[in-house]
Amino acid sequence: MSTVEIRNLHKSFGKLEVLKGIDFSVETGQVVCVIGPSGSGKSTLLRCVNLLEQPTSGQVFVDGIELTHPDVDIDAARRRLGMVFQQFNLFAHLTVLRNVTIAQERVLKRPRAEAVRIARENLEKVGLSEKADSYPAQLSGGQQQRVAIARALAMNPSLMLFDEPTSALDPELVGDVLQVMRRLAEDGMTMLVVTHEMGFAREVADRVVFMDQGVIVEDGPPAQVIAAPQHNRTREFLHRVLHPGD
Amino acid sequence: MMADQQAAASPQRRLSPRQRQRISRGIQYGVLLVIVVVLALLADWPAIKESFLSSKVAGEGLPQLFTVALKNTVIYTISGFIGGFAVGLLLALMRQSSVAPYRWIAAGYVEIFRGLPALLIFLMIGSLPLAFPGFQIPGEVYGQAALGLGVVSAAYMAETFRAGLQAVPKGQMEAARSLGMPHMRAMVSIVIPQAIRIVIPPLTNELVLLFKDSSLVLFLGVTATQVELAKFGNDQASTYANPTPILVSGLTYLLITIPLGYAARRLEARQGASR
Repeated sequence: MSTVEIRNLHKSFGKLEVLKGIDFSVETGQVVCVIGPSGSGKSTLLRCVNLLEQPTSGQVFVDGIELTHPDVDIDAARRRLGMVFQQFNLFAHLTVLRNVTIAQERVLKRPRAEAVRIARENLEKVGLSEKADSYPAQLSGGQQQRVAIARALAMNPSLMLFDEPTSALDPELVGDVLQVMRRLAEDGMTMLVVTHEMGFAREVADRVVFMDQGVIVEDGPPAQVIAAPQHNRTREFLHRVLHPGD
Repeated sequence: MMADQQAAASPQRRLSPRQRQRISRGIQYGVLLVIVVVLALLADWPAIKESFLSSKVAGEGLPQLFTVALKNTVIYTISGFIGGFAVGLLLALMRQSSVAPYRWIAAGYVEIFRGLPALLIFLMIGSLPLAFPGFQIPGEVYGQAALGLGVVSAAYMAETFRAGLQAVPKGQMEAARSLGMPHMRAMVSIVIPQAIRIVIPPLTNELVLLFKDSSLVLFLGVTATQVELAKFGNDQASTYANPTPILVSGLTYLLITIPLGYAARRLEARQGASR
């Protein structure tokens, strides 16, 4: 069964067409990594899945519900989708614990005690239970990103979207975040990950999608797309990423 | 001395920038000293002591200076601030609205009430019953003062809040929406609290301005129990035919405005450091 299904998705910003007809799906329990050069439309694709960007045309289905349907309650639909941003976007005025409880209480209407319990479970999962009372500014980038993951997980999403989750991190902090994501994948979470981490894509992804200039160029298991790419554009991109400076 | 010797040794040499700066500063100090001395010589010191520093007249104002005048000034200021805060925030939100007429109303309000003298607003408030027969602003002078100060400060605070709302990173709204919060909920829980933090220093400055503008309440026609600092000083001055109470009122204003101004600068500095 598909958790996400995208049909003929187009997105333009003014005259600039960023997505030129995307068709693809993510099966339940799968981890799909989207790779590609900057400006290829991969982040826009991710943001169209939870309608942070309104697609120009095409359809997005999550758990069989069409999010692009005009009558759909987008706030209700977004609850099924966890989103992790490149810039973390933790709520700067709230403690770590409150960051993880506020949407549970305001959106899911969970009682405070239950929200706190679930928040602590998820902070434990990302290894940050001792930071519950800290403010985001007191944490390193890697810690902030793990809190952001806990915040999304606390909503019990059926799908997690990751938008270049390690791109804003210092190199020595990348490992902790990837470790959390790896464990999440092992637990069977359905994940759609836009990333430049080829090692992670190779080891964790069930499928790798290579995008360039608004279209999907190649889509298959990592052994195929990363290790033995069929298309020239994929080969060139991988060469640049894996052997920078050549 | 050394400079003199050097100058003497090489008379053609031009002054170094530092020497020139020292001479220029010496001249400035000299002029300042002359002005002070002239003023001191011209002033009638016994008369000044008698008219402005009469401890007897100043004593007559106590304790009403604090229990009535300062208290009322604070009440007018705070009530005006609360009104201006609420309306100003609303206007700032209207300014960002996707509904065009809301934006026009908010922009028009800000342009009009920032462009008018506050005094004119207070004079207009007295005439409101002419436009709406039988209409009474609740709370008598207190209500009118809150309205007058609120109307004026709302226009300024709207601009401050607008800057504050714009300073909250866009990602905060996106993160809130992606967690399923409706737009309004995200504004109330996530964006507005952060915007308010950002504008606390400028709002403190606005509070100082309001504290001084509260003196305009005297144009509403106030009774003895409703009097604020400026009118209190003026009334006492005419009662005793001695301007000392005006000076005392002035010092009482400074008692509040200087610490508030200091607090605003401290908050500003702290915010600057934490960014």
